[in-house]
Amino acid sequence: MTKTPVEAAAPVNDTAHYSLHLYVTGGTVRSIRAIANIRKICEVYLKGRYDLDVVDISQDPMRAQSEQIIAAPTLIKTLPLPLRRFIGDMSQTDRILVGLNLYPGGAALLPRGEL
Amino acid sequence: MKKKLSEGLSALVKAATGIDGLDEITGGGLPTGRPTLVCGSAGCGKTMLAMEFLVRGATEFDEPGVFMMFEENAAELTANVRSLGFDLEGLISEKKIVLDYVHIERSEIEETGEYDLEGLFIRLGHAIDSIGAKRVVLDTIEALFAGLPNQAVLRAELRRLFRWLKDRGMTAVITGEKGDGNAITRYGLEEYVADCVIILDQRIREQVSTRRLRVLKYRGTAHGMNEYPFLISPHGFSVLPITSLLLEHGVSTKRVPTGIERLDEMLGGQGVFQGSSVLVSGSSGTGKSSIAAKFIETACKRGERALFFAYEESAAQIVRNMRSVDIDLQPWIDRGLLQIHSSRPTLQGLEQHLVLMHDAVQSFRPTVVVVDPISNLTLADDDSEVKPTLMRLIDFLKKEQITAVFTSLITSGDAVSAPEDTLLGVSSLMDTWLLLRNVEFTGERNRTIFVRKSRGMAHSNQVREFILSDRGIDLVDVYLGGDRVLTGSARVAQEAQERDAATLRGEDHERKLRQLDSKRKAIEAQIAALQAEAEADSEEVHFAIAQELLQQKATHRNADAMKHQRSGSTEQLEDVVETTA
Repeated sequence: MTKTPVEAAAPVNDTAHYSLHLYVTGGTVRSIRAIANIRKICEVYLKGRYDLDVVDISQDPMRAQSEQIIAAPTLIKTLPLPLRRFIGDMSQTDRILVGLNLYPGGAALLPRGEL
Repeated sequence: MKKKLSEGLSALVKAATGIDGLDEITGGGLPTGRPTLVCGSAGCGKTMLAMEFLVRGATEFDEPGVFMMFEENAAELTANVRSLGFDLEGLISEKKIVLDYVHIERSEIEETGEYDLEGLFIRLGHAIDSIGAKRVVLDTIEALFAGLPNQAVLRAELRRLFRWLKDRGMTAVITGEKGDGNAITRYGLEEYVADCVIILDQRIREQVSTRRLRVLKYRGTAHGMNEYPFLISPHGFSVLPITSLLLEHGVSTKRVPTGIERLDEMLGGQGVFQGSSVLVSGSSGTGKSSIAAKFIETACKRGERALFFAYEESAAQIVRNMRSVDIDLQPWIDRGLLQIHSSRPTLQGLEQHLVLMHDAVQSFRPTVVVVDPISNLTLADDDSEVKPTLMRLIDFLKKEQITAVFTSLITSGDAVSAPEDTLLGVSSLMDTWLLLRNVEFTGERNRTIFVRKSRGMAHSNQVREFILSDRGIDLVDVYLGGDRVLTGSARVAQEAQERDAATLRGEDHERKLRQLDSKRKAIEAQIAALQAEAEADSEEVHFAIAQELLQQKATHRNADAMKHQRSGSTEQLEDVVETTA
């Protein structure tokens, strides 16, 4: 698979500031696991340059509506652009790293299907 | 489920939809506290049906509702339903309806392990709680299949969602796209929603499109099985159910005059029954529309509302043409007592027309409806469908106690010999049937009218001549001479002839009387002459007697004198004189 010019031009993000929002539903096993998983990823790959906002939508349903949350848990990366959504308990680290454009060694540039 | 248990073994509780006709078909509405699946192909009105269910629930049944949409956003939906006259913004601000737009962008989403749709549940739950909703619409939840990659999770969650809606006692409408082939829905939603399934369908035949609705399944209750045409009109969704299966409409003994005095006379002196249906049939130019217009004018004069469905002429044309027979409809239109709905029969299918009529009648609430002519409506459609659909209309009008006048054009050349054949059997549905005919004789055509049938009243068996002129409509007796009916100038000529004959006869009588008179006078003269003669005779007799007496006296005197002279006594002479005197 050849890179498109846009992809070739896009640098792997190693300096940008990340703004992440994790939406969970109360203290379910899945919620707790998702929080733990994403914290670990952030500490390893984004140390010092991220904000992680954990929202319990069962306490704040309006947020679920305004942020278009359907699945839980959902992680939304608002910065850097583009906006991306991750659903699940954040256990598939590879996919998150690709999605956050953080995959070490430039593999992040590979299309999703080839992972 | 809970509701059903609490009701014991009694009938299923139903939530009225408030949609015209749908509640009749389903016997009261959708199952309360259960989900109903509404499916159909694109553009057949699923969203409209769901929306009206919600709006009517909020406005008419005090059941607030949540509309969760997956395809249109709130602004689009609000604009779309405004065309149905629903003020969504108002209802939202009154906390009667909540809209929630669920948007999923497949390309933004990455799966990273296990998940569920709790977010959707929370949103729905929050929306329901915020207004105390009793009704929920999910339109159309199938969008989730395109938005979420893991179908196994999705299916499990949908099952949980419908269970959850039932547990919360929500009367829900879930819309779904029609699947290919025999599949009811593309993603098999019917697996989860098994209580009630309604199918909407849009069909095109001979370039005319008709929407139809069918209740495929309704667990635990009887329901209409047929396909019913429906329409999305400016007043909302409207389904046309068959009500004729019941035949239990009330009847009225009140009579409605037709406006044509002589015609009322023919109909037992008082006109037709209120709420009955009148068929006026005849070939073209026999005056069907004029009778209908007169009927309408009469109703308006009584201050009642009338509705005129015209399928041949435009409203303005009708008004102009009716003026020529002294019927002015314009003032009634201006005063809002008359509405004329003109359209081309080919504009839409017969059923659509009927649904439209239904709608117009419901909103205008007239006491008189005219359809001019029904025969035109049938042009576009298959004859076999005409009767049941007309039956629906007639039954509906009867139920509403609206007097209906249908005109029907007889197209066959010989209307006299077989008028029934051209009327599609609708005549049997009618209470009163007026037949208009053209009689051609001695070089002119004249209109005649007679009452072919009129249920429940004594009616004339006479044929009348029907005259349209600038002085209005009038009926006159036809001349029945020998074995034929004379109309028009032939009738006038015949009448003149009779008049002349009568005059002659009158003169003859006078002459005879005069003759008698003079004869009597002659006799009287004769009597007078005879009397005079008799008098003369008697005078003669008296005269003769007197003469004789005088002669006798004279004789006596002579005799006495002679006796005296011959020395007789005086006394004797006196005796003799006395005796002879």
